[in-house]
Amino acid sequence: MARVTFVSSFCDNLTGGAESLELSAANVFGLVRALEARFPGMAEHVEKRAAIAVDGEVVQAWGTPISEDSEVLLYPRIAGG
Amino acid sequence: MTKLLDKQELKVVGTRPVRPDGADKVTGKAVYGADYNLPGMLRGAILRSPHAHARILSIDTRKAEALPGVKAVATNADFPKVDMGEIDAGEAGINVDRAGQMCLAREKVFYEGQPVAAVAATSASIAAEAVRLIEVEYEVLPHVIGVEEAMREDAPVLHDDMFTEGLPETPTKPSNVVLRFESAKGDPDAALAAADVVGSGRYSTQPVHQGYIEPQACIVSVGGDGQAQIWCSSQGQFMVRSVTAAITGMNLADLRVVPLEIGGGFGGKTTVYLEPVALVLSKKSGRPVKMVLSREEVFRSTGPGPGAIVDVQIGATKDGILTGAILEMKYQVGAFPGAGCQAGVMHALGCYRIANSRIVGWDVVSNMPSTHAYRAPSAPQSEFAVECAIDDIARQLGMDPIELREKNGVKPGDPSFSGAPYGDIAFMETLAAAKEHPHYAAPLGPNQGRGIAAGWWVNHGGESTAMVSINEDGSAVVATGNPDIGGSRASMAMMAAEVLGLPIEKVRPIVADTSSIGFSMLTGGSRTTFATGRAVSEAAADVVEQLKGRAAMIWGVESDKVEWSDGQARCTDPQQDLPPLSIKDIASKTSKTGGPIAAEKSVNPGDAMQTFGVHICDSEVDPETGHVRIVRYTAVQDVGRAIHPSYVEGQAQGGAVQGIGWALNEAYMFDANGRLDNPGFLDYRMPVASDLPMIDTLLVEKPHPGHPFGVKGVGEVPIVPPLAAVANSVSAATGKRFYDLPLSPARVHAALNGAA
Amino acid sequence: MKKQYVSTIVNGDPADFLCEPQTSLLNALRDELGMTGSKEGCGSGDCGACSVILDGKLVCSCLVLATEAEGKRVETIEGMAQEGRLHPLQEKFLDVGALQCGFCTPGVLIAAKALLDRNPDPSEEETRYWLAGNLCRCTGYDKIIRAVLEAAAELRQERAPA
Repeated sequence: MARVTFVSSFCDNLTGGAESLELSAANVFGLVRALEARFPGMAEHVEKRAAIAVDGEVVQAWGTPISEDSEVLLYPRIAGG
Repeated sequence: MTKLLDKQELKVVGTRPVRPDGADKVTGKAVYGADYNLPGMLRGAILRSPHAHARILSIDTRKAEALPGVKAVATNADFPKVDMGEIDAGEAGINVDRAGQMCLAREKVFYEGQPVAAVAATSASIAAEAVRLIEVEYEVLPHVIGVEEAMREDAPVLHDDMFTEGLPETPTKPSNVVLRFESAKGDPDAALAAADVVGSGRYSTQPVHQGYIEPQACIVSVGGDGQAQIWCSSQGQFMVRSVTAAITGMNLADLRVVPLEIGGGFGGKTTVYLEPVALVLSKKSGRPVKMVLSREEVFRSTGPGPGAIVDVQIGATKDGILTGAILEMKYQVGAFPGAGCQAGVMHALGCYRIANSRIVGWDVVSNMPSTHAYRAPSAPQSEFAVECAIDDIARQLGMDPIELREKNGVKPGDPSFSGAPYGDIAFMETLAAAKEHPHYAAPLGPNQGRGIAAGWWVNHGGESTAMVSINEDGSAVVATGNPDIGGSRASMAMMAAEVLGLPIEKVRPIVADTSSIGFSMLTGGSRTTFATGRAVSEAAADVVEQLKGRAAMIWGVESDKVEWSDGQARCTDPQQDLPPLSIKDIASKTSKTGGPIAAEKSVNPGDAMQTFGVHICDSEVDPETGHVRIVRYTAVQDVGRAIHPSYVEGQAQGGAVQGIGWALNEAYMFDANGRLDNPGFLDYRMPVASDLPMIDTLLVEKPHPGHPFGVKGVGEVPIVPPLAAVANSVSAATGKRFYDLPLSPARVHAALNGAA
Repeated sequence: MKKQYVSTIVNGDPADFLCEPQTSLLNALRDELGMTGSKEGCGSGDCGACSVILDGKLVCSCLVLATEAEGKRVETIEGMAQEGRLHPLQEKFLDVGALQCGFCTPGVLIAAKALLDRNPDPSEEETRYWLAGNLCRCTGYDKIIRAVLEAAAELRQERAPA
């Protein structure tokens, strides 16, 4: 199972404050669907607000595969100027 | 094409050619937003709220409409009811309804200067007169401006649908607190309790404007079939299209945005204030409408960077190892949530390996213009507090401040805020370069002090499209969708020229409109030379492959027998004795080898690399007046690789001076009625030439291994260190710690004379 | 309001136009004569982006009424290059990279020209104080000052007796 960690509190309102959990998914699309199933509203929240790193690398392409021992980090997406 | 090219082999990248748009800019020919005119155009003007907080009871535009020369009026009622929530129009989302209200208020006004209605007339003076004829009935409400005042239970509440996010239980009562945001690891309370020394304090900054010299300006022309064109200055023509179309309910394909030259942005022009209004007026009048903000309107209604209050505690061992940190930061985000605390939280401790930390951020609305991005948005405020606290730790330990940072500074592989490891960052190299710089050892005079500070910014990648095409004479055109705010189009041409093997004069860059190039995210976030540069490099590399293929065809050899160097195809088959073919040779025959040669590439890199700066500031404090004079300033910055060194130096110098202004002079000042007292350059005091010495720069080049030219973002980092570098220098000069910016003469003088 | 007729000499050529009485020289140049090189940054004489030379004197054209220019000589950025040849100040600005967004550049160039016309050998400090009325937000002034000093040196060389 891949481990998903929510970095900082930006998902707390939807996840009830969970720090991390284990999920199975083939890629980031699948991961987001799995999160939505567990915490309704997560899909839109992640799409609009989150940055995602898989195994230490920032991922823009949600087709990026996730393996059984992947580390996935979700943290806020911020804007530059 | 991601292999990093060897610097020694580069012929164009790293040199300093004259920028391709330069001649027009020094002769006054370049066309900025307000310079463009269309036949039959009307002039637009805006009626603004005189109140900091009020309900709009009625708007009567009849007298204005009756004035001869007035062709249209607009209010928020002319925007369709929007259910879009947020759209992706920058690196983070833009809330369409709120963006619409910042163009034209709906049932409430939330800051003095908020637009309430607009007119279009046949001359600017008629439009101004018409605005005065619009009658608005307000129910004035109590207002609140300060961040902690706005957090109080009894504060006037701006939005009755605002319930603080991020609390353990969603509140039932609306408040001005938008969200609470926390990031924690380890046990910071225990670490601080066990620390040998603690650097702490309550640091504050005021809202500051980006200060671009060019006010916002646009012309919008709506055709009889509803299709529209916009000419404007902005940091992103695609963003203008997205947000304007969303607010006005248009299809994106019906809206074409042509980017004109932009006179400064720094993040402040990554949203729209005028275009949706001008579009409505143009649609109603059937004529193009030009709208230009006055300087006063820029200050009263466009988004500054937020003020913030940051409480910081950092603990260290007596050997100078930072062990724990606790921060709480409250950001004054303006009337609608804008640039807020999240980036401040995420950046606060990013320069250092600290195992235990808790950072809590709050976004608080209040009755001033909604804040917006300003160069490394929200990071200067939090890193200012951290860098001052660390300076204090160094002082307590009697340790050299650079050495203290070297002991704790992040290295490649260390975990970043997200937990993902830092890549090939260069903080240690930047610190070392600063320590060795002659400035660091130079003697100081009386009443002078030296301060140093570090800073960093995450930088962005994002979506970019670039097109490279070859002309029949062998010259090339490079088109991108990124406005050039600081010389980036020169870098685009240089990178393409390098890949193609052409001299720089034969490669001309343009900034294309939204209908002429594929999507590009806006210019900002220190992303353009990195991400758009990568798209340009890949498109040029694709063109080179096509050129090689054509050469192979012309020669009748296998394509793997062709190599490309110095702008020529060479046959590598030793059996063949073929003279090389230049781009010109191949380009003149394209109709016989398969047609025109061009390539368009889209990228969306996620591997932008964080960059760091270390600034050294010497200041002299006049004990009689409290005036602080910057005597010497050096900005050391890690830049990956400088494509055009002059423009990279320029970024470091410009950002440093904005930070100096932030530290010494700049602040929004509101009167008792919530009106901005200093909406002009006389009293909103930005640095002028006589305030400053030369700003020396030292570019540390540790290339990004994943970018063909080693590019790392450089534009935003330089505004982060100066706040603390200046404050620390004043502390060193006076022996007193300063916590509140700006360090105006009155404030410094009062501190020197024992006042609280 | 009835428009006024104004007749001036702009960059050596006769230029006349009609304008409302309250029109600034800046707006007359930009809107009536189509010369958009001079910019409005503030409209209140604080930023210098509108700098022009009026009868030999450096002024903020946003603070001059167009009617005040009646019969006077106006020099704007559009007249700085002569017969397609850039002025040394313009060339130095390009060589040194003394502009980023370029919006303040016309005003700075005109102000710098006014300086060198009266003081061919200014010190760094004199240059900084002379240009204190020209705001730049992009460059931090460093390369601007260097470019002006280098152009001054080049002009002194050009004009030096053989």
